[in-house]
Amino acid sequence: MRKTLEFAIKQTIPVFCGYIFLGIAFGLLLQKAGYSFLWAFLISLLVYAGSMQFVLVGLLAGGASLPTVGIMTLMINSRHIFYGLSFIEKFKRMGRKYLYMIFSLTDETYSVLCSVKVPNEMDEKRVFFMISLLDQIYWIMGSVIGALIGEKIPFNSKGIDFAMTALFIVIFIEQWKDSKTHIPALSGIVSSILFLIIMGPDSFLMPALITVVLILLMGKRKIVKKIDYDKKLSEKSELYESRQEEMI
Amino acid sequence: MNSLNTAAIVFLAAICTFATRITPFLLFGSKKGVPDSVSYLGKILPAAIMGVLIIYCLKNVSFTSMPFGIPEIFASSLVIFLHLWKRNTLLSIAGGTILYMLMVQNFFDSLFYFFM
Repeated sequence: MRKTLEFAIKQTIPVFCGYIFLGIAFGLLLQKAGYSFLWAFLISLLVYAGSMQFVLVGLLAGGASLPTVGIMTLMINSRHIFYGLSFIEKFKRMGRKYLYMIFSLTDETYSVLCSVKVPNEMDEKRVFFMISLLDQIYWIMGSVIGALIGEKIPFNSKGIDFAMTALFIVIFIEQWKDSKTHIPALSGIVSSILFLIIMGPDSFLMPALITVVLILLMGKRKIVKKIDYDKKLSEKSELYESRQEEMI
Repeated sequence: MNSLNTAAIVFLAAICTFATRITPFLLFGSKKGVPDSVSYLGKILPAAIMGVLIIYCLKNVSFTSMPFGIPEIFASSLVIFLHLWKRNTLLSIAGGTILYMLMVQNFFDSLFYFFM
């Protein structure tokens, strides 16, 4: 249990750095808009969506209507629709924690869960849950600290949000090394840049993601073949090695 | 704005956020099991989404005005270099982030004025 917790903490250190300081920035912004730390706590507890919460401050301060809030939230968070696809079976096996795992699937938690290699002696479900929970605790802590004493923190944290970019780059490299085909990784980069140029920073995300899914679906046969071919090769060589060992 | 109004907005944002996250589970999580093409997507999509998220993080970088995206390029390069070299996640992230912070906070301005 303690070992599992230690492992989960180690996996989430990058998220800790990012979430604490981004959370502080959020709490500070909310407090400046005239809301107490209780609201910061409540929003980070119930909404729990990084970039959306910054937009929410603006919506609250500007007195936006409910339909505006609903549409904005759905649009900004629409990328999350794609995240669950990788965890349908895994989360289902998590029993009571099922809904919390879905609720807490932010960009950063998703990335860590995609890349974590759980040691055999640990319970994967427990590790997954701890990672998700720890991430949200960091985020709530940051938000409340920011709203309470954000102005008094002398540390210049400008630029620390780059930790999240760096986290995504590192996971990208890890997956690149692990993967037998680079078509998914390349299609993600290329279609994002393409749609960023065509549609601009505010609306490129969904077209880019949908295009990626279409490319991957169209190339399914080729990609599956590549993955399976490599798997067969490695199985063959394993078989070969074990036979050799037997012979010795 | 009164607290009731604020609460309504917060709850609505919470529900809509959760709605986006639960959608794939509602669509494909039925007892029949996950369709073949969806489990295929689930396996290979993470690599693609990491690529999309990197670009998403860098979407507001301007290459036509000061500082021309130089801090982002340098810091990202350092992350890639460190990770290919040592393959230590924390080292790569810390190295890149510290360089980025130095560059956007003052180092870069002083360097710029020094050469001007």
